[in-house]
Amino acid sequence: MPKVTFPARFEFLDEIREFVAEIAREGGFNDKEVYSLQLAADEAATNIIEHAYEGVPDADFDVTCDVRGDTLTITMRDEGRPFNPANVKLPNLKADIYERKIGGLGLYLMRKLMDDVHYISNPKTGNLLTMTKRRV
Amino acid sequence: MEVTTQEFKHCDLITVKGRVDSSTAPAFNKALEKSNEKGCFKIAVDMSGLEYMSSAGFRALLASQRNCKRYNRGELVLVAVPVRIREALELAGFTELFKTFDDPIAAVGSF
Repeated sequence: MPKVTFPARFEFLDEIREFVAEIAREGGFNDKEVYSLQLAADEAATNIIEHAYEGVPDADFDVTCDVRGDTLTITMRDEGRPFNPANVKLPNLKADIYERKIGGLGLYLMRKLMDDVHYISNPKTGNLLTMTKRRV
Repeated sequence: MEVTTQEFKHCDLITVKGRVDSSTAPAFNKALEKSNEKGCFKIAVDMSGLEYMSSAGFRALLASQRNCKRYNRGELVLVAVPVRIREALELAGFTELFKTFDDPIAAVGSF
């Protein structure tokens, strides 16, 4: 399974999206699905860089991407701050522009774009995110 | 990402091209803030050349819409939103927050 270690810096988001897109295209995913996968991977990586590794210099994290049958699986493993998705409040999509909260949108989009989003946080091995999406 | 600002009599037309993510969103945000800082609260954002926008870009748009709407008839509108980006904005529940136009002339003329 292709695994790449990326520095925890926003400048590498482009490469992460390209890594996922290439494997998705080879796996027969259409343009709309490829865009969704890129966006989900970007939001996940952004959360790791912004939150898990907040204030940590020279950190990195592992990304894998693999297609089996009609399902693409992305994993991201980091050793940053433990993450519990239950602590992230859902954005209120009905709120007007003044009440609209800015946080939580990344995780919300990931769940909408992917079929399954799963986090395991372990003090020894760090955070492991697994996301899957089936092609149409 | 490339961002340029054209000044019109009643509004600014900000054209953003390429990809807006957490790496490039700060520069996009700065262009939006600059218009507000010089007293312009009517902004049209031309997205026809935009390939990609993550929630970091959505946040910049939302923050700017807030700033614009504080002023009488101030508003940020979107122009020529590519289909993939429109779908993502819909998922995020952002489409109701922004008027959209098909071309920049119509958007500029609306102010």
